Amino acid sequence: MTDEVSYLEHGHSLKSWLLTTDHKRIAILYFLSITFFFFVGGAAAALIRIDLLTPEADLMSNEGYNRAFTLHGVIMVWFFLIPSIPNTFGNFLVPLMIGARDLAFPRLNLLSWYIYMLGGLFTLAVLVLGGVDTGWTFYTPLSSMFANGNVILAATAIFVVGFSSILTGLNFIVTVHRLRCPGMTWGRLPLFVWSIYATSLILVLATPVLSITLVLIAAERLFGVGVFNPALGGDPLLYQHLFWFYSHPAVYIMVLPALGVISELVSTAARKPVFGYRFVAGSSIAIAIIGFLVWGHHMFVAGQSMYASAVFSFLSLAVAVPSGIKVYNWTATLYKGHIALDPPFLFAMSFIGLFVVGGMTGLILAMLAVDVHVHDTYFVIAHFHYIMVGGTVSAYFGALHYWWPKMMGRWLPLVWGRLSAIFIFLGFNLTFFPQFILGYLGMPRRYHVYPAEFQTLHVLSSAGASVLGLAYLLPFTYLLYSLRHGEKAPPNPWGATGLEWTVPSPPPQHNFHELPTVDGPPYQYPMEMGNEGEAAHG
Amino acid sequence: MADVAEARRRDTTLMGMYLFLASEIMLFGGLFAVALALRLLHPQDVVAASRRLHYGVGAANTVVLLTSSLAVALAVAAAEMGKAKGTVAGLLAAAGLGVGFLALKAVEYGMEIRERLLPAFTPADAFESPAAHLFLDLYLIATALHAVHVTVGVGLLAGLAWRVRRSGLPLPRGATGVEVVGLYWHLVDVIWVFLYPVLYLVR
Amino acid sequence: MKAIAPLIGTWAALLALLGLTVGASLVLTGTPSLVASLGIAAAKAALIAWVYMRLRREGGLMRIMALGAAFWLLILLGYLALDYLTR
Repeated sequence: MTDEVSYLEHGHSLKSWLLTTDHKRIAILYFLSITFFFFVGGAAAALIRIDLLTPEADLMSNEGYNRAFTLHGVIMVWFFLIPSIPNTFGNFLVPLMIGARDLAFPRLNLLSWYIYMLGGLFTLAVLVLGGVDTGWTFYTPLSSMFANGNVILAATAIFVVGFSSILTGLNFIVTVHRLRCPGMTWGRLPLFVWSIYATSLILVLATPVLSITLVLIAAERLFGVGVFNPALGGDPLLYQHLFWFYSHPAVYIMVLPALGVISELVSTAARKPVFGYRFVAGSSIAIAIIGFLVWGHHMFVAGQSMYASAVFSFLSLAVAVPSGIKVYNWTATLYKGHIALDPPFLFAMSFIGLFVVGGMTGLILAMLAVDVHVHDTYFVIAHFHYIMVGGTVSAYFGALHYWWPKMMGRWLPLVWGRLSAIFIFLGFNLTFFPQFILGYLGMPRRYHVYPAEFQTLHVLSSAGASVLGLAYLLPFTYLLYSLRHGEKAPPNPWGATGLEWTVPSPPPQHNFHELPTVDGPPYQYPMEMGNEGEAAHG
Repeated sequence: MADVAEARRRDTTLMGMYLFLASEIMLFGGLFAVALALRLLHPQDVVAASRRLHYGVGAANTVVLLTSSLAVALAVAAAEMGKAKGTVAGLLAAAGLGVGFLALKAVEYGMEIRERLLPAFTPADAFESPAAHLFLDLYLIATALHAVHVTVGVGLLAGLAWRVRRSGLPLPRGATGVEVVGLYWHLVDVIWVFLYPVLYLVR
Repeated sequence: MKAIAPLIGTWAALLALLGLTVGASLVLTGTPSLVASLGIAAAKAALIAWVYMRLRREGGLMRIMALGAAFWLLILLGYLALDYLTR
């Protein structure tokens, strides 16, 4: 088994990478491109935070500032967060975790990556041609009638990358249904696979609505089709309905895979089965479905019917139930566990804390009366950054540390891993906690000129952002270092359960020499520690 | 054994196709949502605009598409029985009817241009009301997007017929390929079945 | 021949439904017209899905895959109607 060639060694030419249909290589392609966009979006964030150091507009013009935060949002949402965990770790792990040799449609998988890159090129073209200033939400009538940036080009980029999302989601759903190995029943699927499955449902069902909505925006800009223009008999709120029908579920596209990652990390760290497996699995599906029923909470003050608002508010509060189930079950999993303070666990802990803060502030925002006060303020900004950045990005880095030895076959320096988890946690809170206060005091989002009394909090936030920025760079330095100098990783470095840990690190090209058979539930800790199991815990 | 593997492959392919069709339904779903909003916002104007469309031509085109669906269904049945000739005939008939649909649609667009009904070819002040203009905008976008799907479908059907004829696709083993393209064609038909009353028959 | 008869029968039924919907549009107006035209369209779609797309031969899972999107579309349309009708 060990003499099989690993997927990394199987061909070194550029062609063997660019024309590969191996899900593991495609995962690496995504990893490289997503990391690139993460830093482009991060650079835009850095510009924003530097400009906000002072109450005056001294770094960027108003126009420039609008373009910076739009670019930050567009790149982070569509080119980093949405594809982040599904397209890298989902691609790499789903077949390994369910005991398959590849996804159901390997060539379609490669096509998805090319479509993603095409969308990325359009985005870079927007950047080079001077950007776009509508905000990532492209609200009408600003985007359709008044904005003079490259709206159509940006919409095209998102339209294109949407097809990558749809095809990837389709591929995962069919794979989970059709390619599970013998004995891998639905009740034995790793929770990460459950969450990727739930995410894929949203990808397939929500993304097309965004696509057609962007077409309608382009139609208004090009041909004056006034679907969203009240002067022509249209309705700007209709745009918001259609946009949030996609974009609210899209929030769950971003966070559900992270929830799946955390279930894996927590159970490995505690050396215990996940408490209430069925509820954690079911809550992923529940979040995906309820997530489709709450989009109107973005429109409480926009003028929609108050009866609709009441229904949306109630259902938004209801999302807390499945989310709460997950948090409580992780906590119960840790209870009396033999916890190893490895980097993945620290990332998981920071995820849980930040996700709870983000979730609780979400409840505040879901209440109709309170939302009137904090709508479109920094309170909202802080809330969703706690979920998207504190939550999803922490989980992404947790996953990166946890599965790095599997993906690359090299150990990472654990001390540095722990340090970066701690720095990211501290930098994140310093950046975004002050924004809750700013928002509550009345600082609106998307302004770069503000009253002098807000400056202290903005300076704190910018200081935090610089810590956070450096802390995000740190892992990439030692992970790159480990590629050349790290110790070779054993098949199961963390002593975890799951089929992906039964194959060598890095896995051979076709994953399994013989397709495995599963004969028990997942997360059967404590494991009998065999040969390489407990190796090298430093 | 080979049959079991083939059946599994068929199910996998069909499932992928059904999910793709789900995304197509949601794509057109956005346009149906716009139609609903327009009708609720401007009931009279929408009815007036819809009355001016040629519902007879639309009905004729519905007959053409429904018949082409029958042809595809017959082609799939023939493919499963291993009858290459019948398959090719069914596929070509369906593709031909698809071309007929597009031709009739083009004639209809031409009539509407002469009657100053088709937005891209008519100045905005020629419409009875802004809402009527908007409804006809929607008509043009929805039927054009549908026509793009018909065009893709015609290409797929014709390509498939060519492959079966050249025996590039041995039957009945390759019947899944015929079935998958057939599913796509039927969905294009289903979308038209809804577009027809939503656009032509608002009363 | 056995396989072909239901296909042709369905085609005839679809054409009859088309005649019915055109006829209904000449008689009915307002909400009854909307209900009739969408109801008939749904019946036609069901026939196509059931017989031509052969959902009658597939298992429950495939049916859910094929029809799930209709449910999601109803969420979108239902909420829109709720907003516009009570605004």
